[in-house]
Amino acid sequence: MNNDVSILVVDDEKVVRDSLTKWFREDEFIVGSAENAAEALKQLQARRWDIILLDIKMPGMDGMELQKRIKEIDCTSTIIFITAHASVDTAVQALKAGAFDYIAKPIDPDYLSHLIQNAIKQRKLAGENLRLKEQISEISKVDEIIGESTQMKKVFELIETVAKTDTTVMIRGESGTGKELIARAIHGNSERRYFPIVAINCGALPEGILESELFGHERGAFTGAQYRRKGKLELADGGTLFLDEVGNIGVKTQMDLLRVIETKQFSRVGGNELIKVDFRTICATNRDLEKAVQDGTFREDLYYRLNVFTIVIPPLRERKADIPLLANYFVKKYAQSMGKPITTVSSDAMDLMIRYNWPGNIRELENAVERAMVVGKPPCIKIQDLPIQFTDRENLPALGSLAAMEKNHIIEVLAMNNWNISRSAEILQIDRVTLYNKIERYGLKKPQ
Amino acid sequence: MTTSIQIINTSSHSVLDLEHTCNTIEKVFHVPVDVVRGNLNIDRAFDASRRQYNSTALISHILASSGSGDGKVLGLVDVDLFIPILTFIFGEAQFSGTAAVVSSYRLTNQFYGLEADSILLRERIAKEIIHELGHTFGLYHCRHFDCVMKSSTYVEEIDLKNVDLCPSCSEKLLALPTP
Repeated sequence: MNNDVSILVVDDEKVVRDSLTKWFREDEFIVGSAENAAEALKQLQARRWDIILLDIKMPGMDGMELQKRIKEIDCTSTIIFITAHASVDTAVQALKAGAFDYIAKPIDPDYLSHLIQNAIKQRKLAGENLRLKEQISEISKVDEIIGESTQMKKVFELIETVAKTDTTVMIRGESGTGKELIARAIHGNSERRYFPIVAINCGALPEGILESELFGHERGAFTGAQYRRKGKLELADGGTLFLDEVGNIGVKTQMDLLRVIETKQFSRVGGNELIKVDFRTICATNRDLEKAVQDGTFREDLYYRLNVFTIVIPPLRERKADIPLLANYFVKKYAQSMGKPITTVSSDAMDLMIRYNWPGNIRELENAVERAMVVGKPPCIKIQDLPIQFTDRENLPALGSLAAMEKNHIIEVLAMNNWNISRSAEILQIDRVTLYNKIERYGLKKPQ
Repeated sequence: MTTSIQIINTSSHSVLDLEHTCNTIEKVFHVPVDVVRGNLNIDRAFDASRRQYNSTALISHILASSGSGDGKVLGLVDVDLFIPILTFIFGEAQFSGTAAVVSSYRLTNQFYGLEADSILLRERIAKEIIHELGHTFGLYHCRHFDCVMKSSTYVEEIDLKNVDLCPSCSEKLLALPTP
């Protein structure tokens, strides 16, 4: 059935309009016709036309000029030019101006039939391509990363800024802070998003295997290499290579990696063929790389090559304002996957969660919520549902002097409120001037 | 309501040749078919610059010649037909209308440099007549390769089709309001 495809015939000759209209109608197309540019533009305002057959020579505005106007109204219309006298010059001009094809009158019926079918196929593919791109954009949106604290807002800004470029990015942060999620967000917002992001955990593999994983290997390169295998570098061609735990790479592989990042070419293990690749590098580490450089366990040249644009993800204890948001997000996530009608966290359980230091960061918080969702009963997570080691409160601030307690409490309240002085003073039930004095006395500084 | 189909034969094929074709058409459309030897003045549709006959002009002439009636009328000719935008056509019809025209000119094997085959030609003529009449009854082109309503832009495609409507087009024909 073609009744979802519309064709507009624009030609000053009535016989041409009539015969084409009739021809297309028998194929169940929605067909319209216009005898000049003004009439065609009017028809274009009235509805969307998928395919437009356009006579090049018409009195008044000619087909070429009309094509420009059509593209301004609907850039997705497929335009096919018709002419009485075929000439290479006109054909080239038409195709350069963005026409789909060019036909000379009279047209072979078989050719016209194929041309229209090809135009429909091309439109379908273009539409499908657009839909897939939209789906990919939807999947890789930055808003997968949860956080409303000032520190996380800063991280989002950095992601937006660096994503559009091809700069090498180093993501630093404690274990469990979501470094891979940040890497995926950068890739998902970059021009490379339609190509793969290939992640490799450099810390999890022994050096020999890491080398083979990165560079691939030829058949017979080592015992057990029965087949040629592409490495992560080749797989990342066109996209992004994410090197997690980059600080744990051995010295030999560091050298090889540096060469690839600089030249964008390499050979597979046991091979001589030079392979060219085009990828963006994003790496992550929780190791003190500066110290590793000083100790000589990490190459200085590689360090400078990787450390071009740094994003530091703050640990969860420094952005406590995000804890309720994250906890509720995980509750919702697991309620859905487990089919359990738990919708929230009780206030005392949430209070404990906020006070806890979360040494394992978001990963630990997620695990805690998941466990609580398993053992908990609807409608909310209670304090006793939280993991035992968690309720041991070993990571709660240690008891000390009254001043130390006051200082810690002020730090927590300020962090919870993104350093909003008025709101923090209100919670602490002191006035703003007193709070400023206490901040100064304890030497507190807003995190950058 | 369509009461009959009249075929005005101005081609070199005899009325007797078309008897079998008439039976086939009757089976498809369930109305009596009558073949008459006609004297259409086809010269009026001749285009000297293209050395072909304008099928739309021929249809107007067929309509004028057939007079008023409830039936369909189809002219069978053996000259090369065209519509202005296309290089040639096998036939043309008024969609959901009264008249149609079919030419045997490009249906003969001789046109393609092959040996004459009267049985094949008879089949091709029958298929094209049913196809064009189908349009006058309001049927669109069909996607099924073997349905007679499948659009054919070269003769081998006509040979691939059956002489019948596919079940889907038959159903549509029954459901269509009679033009």
